[in-house]
Amino acid sequence: MNNTTDIVMIFLVLTNLTLLGLSRLGTCIRIVAVQGMVLGLLPLLLNGWNLEFHLIFFSVAIITLKGIVFPWMLRKTLRELNTHREIEPFIGYGTSIALGTVIFVICMWLSSRLSLPVATTSTRIVPVAFFTIMSGLFLIISRKKAITQVLGYLVMENGIYIFGVALVEKQPILVELGILLDVFVAVFVMGITMFHINREFNHIDTDRLSRLKV
Amino acid sequence: MIYALLLIPAIAAVLSLIVRGDVFRRTILILASVCHTIITITAWNKDAKPLLNGWLMLDKPGLLFLTITSILFLTCSFYAFGYLAGESGRRKQDFEEGAFLTNEPEAIFCACLLAFLTTMTFVTISQHLGLMWVAMEATTLASAPLIYFHHHHRSLEATWKYLLICSVGIALALLGNFFMVIAASVPESNDKSMILSSLVQQGQLLNGPWLKAAFLFFLVGYGTKMGLAPLHTWLPDAHSESPSVVSALMSGALLNCAFLGILRSYQVCLAAGLGQFCQNLFVLFGLISIGWAALFILGQPDYKRMLAYSSVEHMGILALGVGIGAGATFGAMLHAVNHSLTKAMLFLAAGNILAVYKTKTTKGVSGIMSVMPLTGILWIAGFFAITGIPPFGIFLSEFTIVKSMIEQGKIGIAVAFLAILALIFIGMAIAFLNMAQGRKNDDLKIKGNPDTAIAVLPPLALGVLTLVLGLYVPPVISNLLHDVAVRMGGY
Repeated sequence: MNNTTDIVMIFLVLTNLTLLGLSRLGTCIRIVAVQGMVLGLLPLLLNGWNLEFHLIFFSVAIITLKGIVFPWMLRKTLRELNTHREIEPFIGYGTSIALGTVIFVICMWLSSRLSLPVATTSTRIVPVAFFTIMSGLFLIISRKKAITQVLGYLVMENGIYIFGVALVEKQPILVELGILLDVFVAVFVMGITMFHINREFNHIDTDRLSRLKV
Repeated sequence: MIYALLLIPAIAAVLSLIVRGDVFRRTILILASVCHTIITITAWNKDAKPLLNGWLMLDKPGLLFLTITSILFLTCSFYAFGYLAGESGRRKQDFEEGAFLTNEPEAIFCACLLAFLTTMTFVTISQHLGLMWVAMEATTLASAPLIYFHHHHRSLEATWKYLLICSVGIALALLGNFFMVIAASVPESNDKSMILSSLVQQGQLLNGPWLKAAFLFFLVGYGTKMGLAPLHTWLPDAHSESPSVVSALMSGALLNCAFLGILRSYQVCLAAGLGQFCQNLFVLFGLISIGWAALFILGQPDYKRMLAYSSVEHMGILALGVGIGAGATFGAMLHAVNHSLTKAMLFLAAGNILAVYKTKTTKGVSGIMSVMPLTGILWIAGFFAITGIPPFGIFLSEFTIVKSMIEQGKIGIAVAFLAILALIFIGMAIAFLNMAQGRKNDDLKIKGNPDTAIAVLPPLALGVLTLVLGLYVPPVISNLLHDVAVRMGGY
C-alpha cells in the first residue's frame, strides 16, 4: 500500500512540474483536472480502501468538484476568452521547471527537518504537499493571464488539501464540505470576474491591470 | 437567538434578489439591519450558551466585534438608502475618464451587502476554527461583487486584486488550521476537536513548534485580509474604488473580523505559553504597518486612498496594542471600536464629497465648508478624531496604549509610535484642511442642497458615538472590553 501512495505522490510531483512548463491553457486545465481526480482517490487510498460511507461521499464530492466541475467552468471561461496560450510569462518555461526542481529539493529538505507528532502512511506526503502549495504560488506570481492565476490558486488549494487529508484524521465532514464550497464559489466568482475583465479590456493579462498605484 | 442573527440577513438577502421595486428592496435592507442590531444588543444581557456541540457561541470577543459590525451596518444601510436612490438609472458617466458605465443591478448589490453581513456575523460567532475559516473566505466572496458596483476597469482591477490576494492569503490561514490540528493531535490529549474552548483548555499539551507555525500562518493569512503591511496591497485599491458605503463597511467591520481570526489563534497560543513569541510578532507587524502607512499618507493625492492607508495604520495600532499586552490590550480593544466608528464616518463623509465634487483627488476639492457646511464639519471633526486629538475616542485608546508602553519601560517603541503618529497627523492635516477650506471651485455646479438628511445623519451618528466614547466609556462597555482583554492576555 505504501508503494501505491508513493507512486501517487510521484505522479503529483510530475503534474506540478508539467504545469510549470506548459503554455497551452487548455492542457493546463486538463492537467489540473487529472490532479483533482487523483486527489479525490487519496482519502480512500490512505485509509486502505476502507469503504466507509463518509469517505466515499467525500471522495465523490472531491472528484466531482476538482476533477469535473472546476475544469468545466474554466474551460467554459476559456472558450469565451480570445486567448489560448500564456504568452511571455514573467519567468520562462525552462527556467520555471528548473526553479520548480530547486523548490522541490528545498521542500524535501524542509520536511525532513519537521518532526510530525502523528504517524503518516508515507514520508513523501509532506514534501509533496509543500511542493504543490509552492508550485501554485509560483504559478500565481510568474504568469500574466488571469486564468493561469486561478489555476495556480487551485493547485495551491490542492496542496493544502493533500496536507489536510494525509495528516489530519477526521476533520468534521461539515468543515470539509464548507471548504470545498468556498473554493467552488471562489472559482465561480473568479470566472465571472475574468469574463468581465475580458469584455472590458479584450485581454486577461493581469500585468496590464496597473492603473491603480500608490 | 444566534440562529436569528444568521437567518435574518440571509433571508433578507434572498428576498432582495426576488422582489421588484427598488424602494421596497432598500426598505428590506434597513429592516434587516435594524432587526440585526436589536438582537445583537439584547445579546449583551444574556449569558453565552454553546450551540451545536459548542461550534457556535457568542462569547465576549465575538460579541464585541459583532456589535461593532452590527452598528456600522445599521448606519451604512440608512446611508445606502440615500446612496442607491442617487445611483439609480442604468447608465452613468464615469467622472474620472468620461466614459459611460453601467452600475451593478441593485438587487445583486443589496443581496451581496446582506450576504456580507451574514458572513461577518458567522465569523464572530463560530468557535470552531475550521468553521471560522469557511466564514472568513465567504466574507471575501460576498464582498467582491460590492467593490465592482460601478462597472469600470478600475473597479474591476481592484476586485481582481482583492479576490486573488485575499483568497491566497486565506488559503494560507487554512494551512495554519491544519498545523493547529497537528499541534493538537498529541497522544496525551483526549479531545482533539478544533473548538476554541477545548483547545484553550488543553493548551499546555499542544505541540509547541507546530503551534508556532500555525500562528505564523494565521497571522500572515488573516493578516492579509486585515491589511497588515506588507500584506495590505489589495486594500488601498479596493477601498478607493468601491462605493463609499462599502469602503466604510470593509474598513470598519471586515478588517476587524479578520483581526478576530488572528486573536482566536492567539488565545490558543497564550494557553500554550507562547504568548511572548506571538506578542513580538504583533509588535513587529504593527510597527511595520504604521510606518508603511505613514509613508503613503504623506503626499497622497487621492483622499479615499488616504483613508485606506489610514486603515492600514490603525490595524497596525491594533496589532501593536495586543503585542504590548497588559493595559494596552484594553486600549487595543477600545481602539477597534473607535477606529471603526471614526473611519466609517469619514468614508461616508467622503462619499458625500465625492458625490458633489466628482473627483477623488485632494487637489480637486476645496471649500467644502462653504459648499456643504454639514459635511465639511463632519470632515474636519473626522480628521481630528482619526488623528487622535482629544476629546475623541481614538485619543483615549491611543493614550492607553502609549501609557502601557511607558509603564513597561518600552520607551523606544513609544517614541517611534508617537513620532510616526505625528507624521501622519501632518500628512492628513495638509490634505483635509485644504479640502475643507479655501474658495469653492468655480466650475462646480450644485443642484439643490447637497447636505441631505440621509447623507449627513448616518456619519453624524457615528461621530457622536466616538465623541461620547472619548469623554466617557460606560461601565457596560468597559467591562466587556476588560473581559475581552483578559482573554487576550492583558487586563
